[in-house]
Amino acid sequence: MTVAAGIKTLKIDDRDFSARAQETILDVARQNGIFIPSLCELKGLSEVGACRLCLVEIKGSNRLFPACVTPVEEGMEVTTNSERLQRYRRSILELLFTERNHVCSVCVSNGHCEMQTLAQKLEITHVRFPYRYPKAEVDASHQRFVVDHNRCILCSRCVRVCDEIEGAHTWDLKGRGIHVRVITDLDEPWGSSETCTGCGKCVHVCPTGALFEKGRSVAEMMKRRQFLPYLTLMREDRE
Amino acid sequence: MSKLKLATVWLDGCSGCHMSLLDLDERLLAVAEKAELVYSPLVDQKIFPNGVDIALVEGAVSSEEDLDKIQMVRERTKTLVSLGDCAVTANVPGMRNPFGVRAVYARAYRENVTLEPGIPNDSVPRLLPCSRPVHEAVPIDVYVPGCPPSADTIFYVIGELLEGRPPEICAKTRFGA
Amino acid sequence: MTPEELIEIAEAEREAQSEYAHTFNVCVAAGCLSCQSQSVKDALDQEIKTHGLEHTCRTKGVGCMGLCSEGPLVSTEKGTLYKKVAASDAPELVESVEVGPVSRLVCPTDMPFFQKQKKIVLENSGVIDAERMEDYVAAGGYSGLIQALTEMTPAQVIEQVTRSGLRGRGGAGYPTGLKWSTVAKAQSTRKFAICNADEGDPGAFMDRSVLESDPHRVLEGMLIAAYAVGASEGFIYVRAEYPLAIKRLRTAIRQAERLGLLGGNICGTRFSFHIDLRLGAGAFVCGEETALIASIEGRRGTPRPRPPYPAQAGVFDEPTLINNVETYANVPMIIRNGGDWYARIGTEKSKGTKVFALAGRIQNTGLVEVPMGITLREIVFEIGGGIPDGRNFKAVQTGGPSGGCLPGQFLDMPVDYESLAKAGSIMGSGGMIVIDDSACMVDVAKYFMDFCMTESCGKCIPCRVGTYQVHELLKRITGCESTPQDMSMLQELCDLLKTTSLCGLGQSSPNPVLSTLRYFADEYKAHVEDHNCPAGVCGNGSGGAR
Repeated sequence: MTVAAGIKTLKIDDRDFSARAQETILDVARQNGIFIPSLCELKGLSEVGACRLCLVEIKGSNRLFPACVTPVEEGMEVTTNSERLQRYRRSILELLFTERNHVCSVCVSNGHCEMQTLAQKLEITHVRFPYRYPKAEVDASHQRFVVDHNRCILCSRCVRVCDEIEGAHTWDLKGRGIHVRVITDLDEPWGSSETCTGCGKCVHVCPTGALFEKGRSVAEMMKRRQFLPYLTLMREDRE
Repeated sequence: MSKLKLATVWLDGCSGCHMSLLDLDERLLAVAEKAELVYSPLVDQKIFPNGVDIALVEGAVSSEEDLDKIQMVRERTKTLVSLGDCAVTANVPGMRNPFGVRAVYARAYRENVTLEPGIPNDSVPRLLPCSRPVHEAVPIDVYVPGCPPSADTIFYVIGELLEGRPPEICAKTRFGA
Repeated sequence: MTPEELIEIAEAEREAQSEYAHTFNVCVAAGCLSCQSQSVKDALDQEIKTHGLEHTCRTKGVGCMGLCSEGPLVSTEKGTLYKKVAASDAPELVESVEVGPVSRLVCPTDMPFFQKQKKIVLENSGVIDAERMEDYVAAGGYSGLIQALTEMTPAQVIEQVTRSGLRGRGGAGYPTGLKWSTVAKAQSTRKFAICNADEGDPGAFMDRSVLESDPHRVLEGMLIAAYAVGASEGFIYVRAEYPLAIKRLRTAIRQAERLGLLGGNICGTRFSFHIDLRLGAGAFVCGEETALIASIEGRRGTPRPRPPYPAQAGVFDEPTLINNVETYANVPMIIRNGGDWYARIGTEKSKGTKVFALAGRIQNTGLVEVPMGITLREIVFEIGGGIPDGRNFKAVQTGGPSGGCLPGQFLDMPVDYESLAKAGSIMGSGGMIVIDDSACMVDVAKYFMDFCMTESCGKCIPCRVGTYQVHELLKRITGCESTPQDMSMLQELCDLLKTTSLCGLGQSSPNPVLSTLRYFADEYKAHVEDHNCPAGVCGNGSGGAR
């Protein structure tokens, strides 16, 4: 019965599911077509639990749990879409919209942006909190790519893919609080980075128009993620 | 049954939302059957009348004139619709905000001007420090994001409002649509 | 090192000390040093030499005596305490050994500030020389460790700590015995014990004083803990802003290593423990345990979601025990006197004593240690001596930026973990800021929100942007330019921060706002509805940079 011991059964939104012991709530929900929003999580990268959009309720606790890092447990009863969760998710996404200058209409990722799509899905018609309108840089020093800090949501996917998959660790974060931003090397222009291999993985995992290929105009930047599960799988096989 | 009073207002925007409204084409006739367009940049009426049932606002609130106008519109309107990304998010007009008003004036009236550069005092409305979404100035009843919202969306929204139903916006449009 | 050797050291030290008939204990902790106590000590030394009294009279640099507002403090072997001593007072003081106390400088010690305290953690503070291990040993130091190592099993040590009812002094109050047994049960050949000395609350300086005054006590506590949980490596994470504490810790570690109380095969047993210092670079969030661990590992100091808790996967993913300075400092006494002895002090659920740093609008600012269950009134009005300048008490802020502001109605509430939490504040690490009626509570809330906003690590969205938006709202309210809708938005954002933030910093950041909203609602109302600050602190347009 060793196999059965590694299998857990749980309820998500009043439906019964079974899952492997190592799987997270988000894994199981995805496999079964249950929508839980997320922005920092990306299959194939380590989870950081930072965006707080995938918070779910678990019966028996007042706390909310990030579905991306919470492993399934036997008998767990998960609620993914209560009124309260919807309210929190909307507020969090609204906060994100106020943080930088997300001007969808003139963004390279317009129409292909995860944040924009999520806003529509969460039925955000407007942002109630005042916008900050910070002055943010655009670094176009790289030969092929651009980083536009106006669009960055600090999900850290670029940091993780560069470190965990490409192994270059060109990207990192600097600063604290509202002043955090992504940097290349020791906060040098991307174009003069000595560690960047120019692989472009960061560009394609970026959920918004913060990282894009040069020569793309409004709404032209499509991100391709197919490589990620493949590379992760190859890596696991080797280990 | 008397027709409902419909108005459209143009603040700091590119008029694209009004163009989209005109794209209703022959459907404008269907709207005209149920509503009377009492005020709009598209009609020859200089004063925003009292007792407007539905007003669609395009554009962000960028100048003192915009602010005065929208406050007056709000007072005289039952259902105020924030139409398009500029009204809903400040959008492109808001892109000047990180730079500050002085830099904007300098760029517009000095740096890019060869003939008599100088910042006008009273000939143009004074800019506010930040270009802001309309709902930060006055309460809004319906939000219709999009740059611009499509003619279909506008037709749907007007149709629902004329029927007294709250439109389901997110099924039709989004930021940047 | 055997028990016998330890006793020998203690006796030799006591004998050496008894050669002197007169001792001037000069406080050389940061508080008094900052008002020139070193020059007082030097002047006394010089004066003793001039009088040729080197063989009967000496000075000793000791740790914090508590009454920091009256420093520099000097005490004598007879128990006389002198306050606000200047270098120019040295001749008079040295002469006093013959003629009796210098009444002009005497600070009475029969006042409640001293009488109402109960010292366990601060037992040696202001008594021993922090830079001499022998002095600590002479005061009974390291006997708890020797006892644990030679007479007790790890399980018995944990049993005593559990019985003592000791709870984490870093703020959350997690039962220490339970934490230890969890780490002890974790299966790994490599375990860590960490001392969290990243004290960062505004107005709090308990841990700094303990480290400066009695560093060996913390080492001994850590050693006992490491033995109990099976840890062989340890880190003390101390903020770089505490150079004196770091220096004395380094000295203490070196001394303990030399005597074989730290390192391999301690006291001839199979127990080995090594301690490394890690200096925090000034990020408040690094006091959060997962951020602290990341920082120790050399990564960016940001928290991660728990579970897994450090007890399962801490430093380098190994089981890790993390306790605060004060928690460790309690341990030697618990082992020496037994858990039951400790459990007799305090209240039913909060045992022992708590060190508080009294700050703000209070007569006697300084460091005090009181039994749990004492009332706020006793702390503020008796020990603290009340509010200066004839003003009235308005609130007391406990727990720093994670805590709350409690108004006068709670003055008779006993100070323990549960009561404070029920009232909307927390025990916290021990900062206690007294606020008088000249303060505007909305302004106070804004100050703490500013702190949280600045110190947010920026990892999770609610804390990164939420603290900013709440601070903007408070700026508008204190600028008397807000609308009633701002109040509901304030409530909403506070709830969002509390419920959805990743770590304790974000989750507790709205507490100062929520507690002032609860107890000082009329002040918010005056700002929002009447555009008026009752305390006259906030001016029109002082905030609101919009």
